Amino acid sequence: MLPLSDTIVAIATPPGEGAIGIIRLSGANAITIAAKIFSKKGLEQQPSHTLHFGKIVSNHTVIDEVVISLFKNPKSYTGEDVVEISCHGSNYILQQVVSVCLQHGARMAQAGEFTLRAFLNGKLDLTQAEAVADLIASQSNTAHRAAMHTLRGGFSEDLKDMREQLITFSALMELELDFSEEDVEFADRTRFYQLIGALTTVTQNLVNSFSLGNVIKNGVSVAIVGKPNAGKSTLLNTLLNEERAIVSDIAGTTRDTIEETLNINGIIFRLIDTAGIREHSKDLIELQGIERSREAMKKADIAVYLFDASVDQLDELKDQQRYFEENNIKYLLAGNKVDARGLEKAHDTYRGIDKQIIFISAKNKENINELKTALYDLVATGDLQQEGTIITNVRHYGALQEVLKSLHDIKSGLDNSVPGDLIALDIRHCLHYLGEITGEITTEDKLDYIFSKFCIGK
Amino acid sequence: MGSPWLYRYSVPRGTQVFCLGDTLYLCPMFPEYDVIVVGAGHAGCEAAAAAANMGSKVLLVTMNMQTIAQMSCNPAMGGIAKGQIVREIDAMGGYSGIVSDKSTIQFRMLNRSKGPGMWSPRSQNDRALFATTWRNMLEQTPNVDFWQDMVQGLIVSRGTIQGIVTGMGQEIRAKSVVLTNGTFLNGVIHVGEKQFGGGRMGEKGATGITEQLVSLGFESDRLKTGTPPRIDGRSLDYTKMERQEGDDEVVGFSYLPIEKVKPQNQRCCWITYTNPEVHDILKTGFGQSPMYQGRIKGSGPRYCPSIEDKVTRFAEKERHQLFVEPEGWDTVEIYVNGFSTSLPEEVQYKALTMVPGFEKAKFFRPGYAIEYDYFPPTQLTATLETKLIKNLFFAGQINGTTGYEEAACQGLMAGINASRNAHEQEPVILKRSDAYIGVLIDDLISKGTDEPYRMFTSRAEYRTILRQDNADVRLTPLAHSIGLASDQRLALVNAKQGEVARVKKIMEEFKAEPEAFNEFLESNNSSLLTEKSKALKVLLRPNIGIKEMMESVPDLKASIGECSPLVLEQVEIMAKYATYIEKEHEMVQKMSNLEDLAIPEHFNYEKLTAMSIEARQKLMKIKPRTIGQASRISGVNPSDVQILIVYMGR
Repeated sequence: MLPLSDTIVAIATPPGEGAIGIIRLSGANAITIAAKIFSKKGLEQQPSHTLHFGKIVSNHTVIDEVVISLFKNPKSYTGEDVVEISCHGSNYILQQVVSVCLQHGARMAQAGEFTLRAFLNGKLDLTQAEAVADLIASQSNTAHRAAMHTLRGGFSEDLKDMREQLITFSALMELELDFSEEDVEFADRTRFYQLIGALTTVTQNLVNSFSLGNVIKNGVSVAIVGKPNAGKSTLLNTLLNEERAIVSDIAGTTRDTIEETLNINGIIFRLIDTAGIREHSKDLIELQGIERSREAMKKADIAVYLFDASVDQLDELKDQQRYFEENNIKYLLAGNKVDARGLEKAHDTYRGIDKQIIFISAKNKENINELKTALYDLVATGDLQQEGTIITNVRHYGALQEVLKSLHDIKSGLDNSVPGDLIALDIRHCLHYLGEITGEITTEDKLDYIFSKFCIGK
Repeated sequence: MGSPWLYRYSVPRGTQVFCLGDTLYLCPMFPEYDVIVVGAGHAGCEAAAAAANMGSKVLLVTMNMQTIAQMSCNPAMGGIAKGQIVREIDAMGGYSGIVSDKSTIQFRMLNRSKGPGMWSPRSQNDRALFATTWRNMLEQTPNVDFWQDMVQGLIVSRGTIQGIVTGMGQEIRAKSVVLTNGTFLNGVIHVGEKQFGGGRMGEKGATGITEQLVSLGFESDRLKTGTPPRIDGRSLDYTKMERQEGDDEVVGFSYLPIEKVKPQNQRCCWITYTNPEVHDILKTGFGQSPMYQGRIKGSGPRYCPSIEDKVTRFAEKERHQLFVEPEGWDTVEIYVNGFSTSLPEEVQYKALTMVPGFEKAKFFRPGYAIEYDYFPPTQLTATLETKLIKNLFFAGQINGTTGYEEAACQGLMAGINASRNAHEQEPVILKRSDAYIGVLIDDLISKGTDEPYRMFTSRAEYRTILRQDNADVRLTPLAHSIGLASDQRLALVNAKQGEVARVKKIMEEFKAEPEAFNEFLESNNSSLLTEKSKALKVLLRPNIGIKEMMESVPDLKASIGECSPLVLEQVEIMAKYATYIEKEHEMVQKMSNLEDLAIPEHFNYEKLTAMSIEARQKLMKIKPRTIGQASRISGVNPSDVQILIVYMGR
């Protein structure tokens, strides 16, 4: 359930890239939190309905130059203290600002929660409220599915599985509390300890993947590799040119980085030059050869192997595939120089390959969207390398941090032989937030588990 | 005085009307009561006492004056989660704690090794003394009248209760009525293939009320519970059993200074176990089991299964624990806890004689199962008043609960609110963060129950706050403000609070050189201090107790001076568990705006089209009082609750 007394934060502008993006904070601490991350002093003392130009700073690093709008209660959208931070419209910047707000004590707003508060404070009438209700109903149904979809498959399964185990354990813990007088076995602390350790690792990895910004900051690294003249430079250009409109001009980041970043359905892909900068790539690849690009492939999350499909390179392709598989590299096969007319022939030539090949024409910009979809799917369906990208959603970042905190409390409780009932308090907390990510609401019906597994009762 | 026939229809039946000269005299056998309580079990007795102590004129109607406050099942009070409830009842000014203390033959504080929220007082009681103590206390309570008869019907007019009709045809009027019929409504007792009507072994069941309530629109259903055989203690060989002694210190239930049993005088219990031979014999009776033959329709509690259930469901277990409990100081009667059964009596007998120590057992009477009517408690409001009939309250097993403590606390709350209604005062509702009683009632009315409901600590989300040691602090001031808890109780709480604050301050301020503590720390295998430290900080260490610390640090003892052990215990708990207590308080605080957000009584759920149909139907049926309660109804998920808040407005 939502408490209504804390301060909430969310991106207020629609998803996608725009000229500006707005982050909204609402609640009793909205202004205090904004003041902590704002470069100019004395924000709290400023009157309502004023604008303030300055920088958002986190750990002495400037995130963006912004304009802050102050609205003091009750004269605001929600009727609470509201701060709106207008940033440059980059998804990355917006997410960064939100995460800084979260670090300073705000909570990620649920779908429709600003409007909910506005309504509760008498700022909206019922017709407007109905729209909010519909929004809540539709979003809450899709939210968890969406979240699980962006979570890497392996991890989401792990999380679900560990959550189940945690529930079982907390049931065992309750068993020894409520039925200590009876002849029952008790929870095995060693196994519990291991479970907490494993959960902490997974959660920490997830949190790291966010805070390091593998996805949001660095994007998913993609190495486009292949023999000289396969058309790598052209493909790179084609991919980037098409995306130029939505690549943002982020202050403080280098121009090169920007130009090599590709946004597919909200996920940032960083196109790594397998051997240097585009303009010179040809030379460099030729100079340093295939060994050098293989090094780069190992570092990347995904390798796109590009080859000239207008000629027969079947054996070479099989060798290459074997190499990828032996080295556990996630990869896509892209057959270049195939336009609509050559497609049938190319299919024939490469029939012997057991993996899907995306035939494209980088030059004619044909089938480029298929390639992008394949890249996106590789991330979204979770078929990435272990240490790659995980979470992109700030809401889940907030929940995961709560999970981590309670796991830490559980562990220190176990270390200090704290009684089970008190550890159970932290487990309850942990389960609640895990449920926010996996989408399962804790029914708390541990008693059902106990009664079905143990012989209870005098 | 007007014409006599003006009164013809308003004179209750049974009223003597006679003329003396010009004046017409009405001489009713019964006055109009504020509150009539039907049934004198744990719920009924607490209801009558609470209402009377709050100044209501109360009539307690029971089928048998000799069986007031019977312990129909085991001769024990309290236990895990239940002990906390008894403490809460006592803190409110109820009688169960006092009665238990006065009839205790053994006392144990269970779960001492766990956190303080888990400490649970439990007593074994003298069954007969328990009942007579209750009756004496009720007899000494002003405003309580008694009447022995069966209640056969209710007088209802315009959706409001007016009174009751007894088996002899008496109509007795009251502003409020509390029904606490226990297992008596259409009770059917089963032993093997035999079955007969009854509310307890040897006692008649009650008929008429269910049928009338159903005709008024109530839903009713059946539940089942069971009880083990009673044995002649002289026929048992205790040398083959494990002893279970009482505690060295008898804490008791009541916050009042009541004389408790002397630790050395306590009776002991015994533990023994069943074995595969016992199980094999039990199985021979399954063909005649009323449970397995489908004669019992009601569901029984999963946490209190019959021995035949244990043997079937947990076939891999080679033995089941049995507690052998004495029934009192003077009696030889023994209660075999864990051997509840409705198998044919000769099977019970044969099986039990295979249990170590029971080889020569003589039965006083066999175990049996009983089926009875209950009314799914989602038909009640948070005051335990029915939604259908104003001023009619239900408490105890009629609501689908099990256990003396669960019944007693409902009786208390129903008694309080029946009395409040009779005097047109605001209802008194305990929240989940106030008391286990609040958790119990909220669970019942929000979720309902399809098996006999028993309290567990895991049902309470704030169990570190809802401790047995602080029920007085939590509840006595409220109970005093409604005229239930006495001035003496409030004075005791205030004195305790003052002392706790005083000692806490001393602990916070007392600072001494390492030498002052180190000898004590060394003897407790705790690492030594190297610098000047505060007593409170040392107390935070595991295995360090305040009493022991005072003994080894004379200066500290001198600063604190004379102090009750209960106060020291409070200080210790509040210091040692401060972080966890704080965490729970934060949760309570966070949730408070939802818990306090009231839903209008006649809120129209039909228009909430954004909400799932299931959630809407549940909400329409249960009519939650607050958003917090709505969020706990099964089938209502968090987004439904948000939608509800949106529509509800401010």
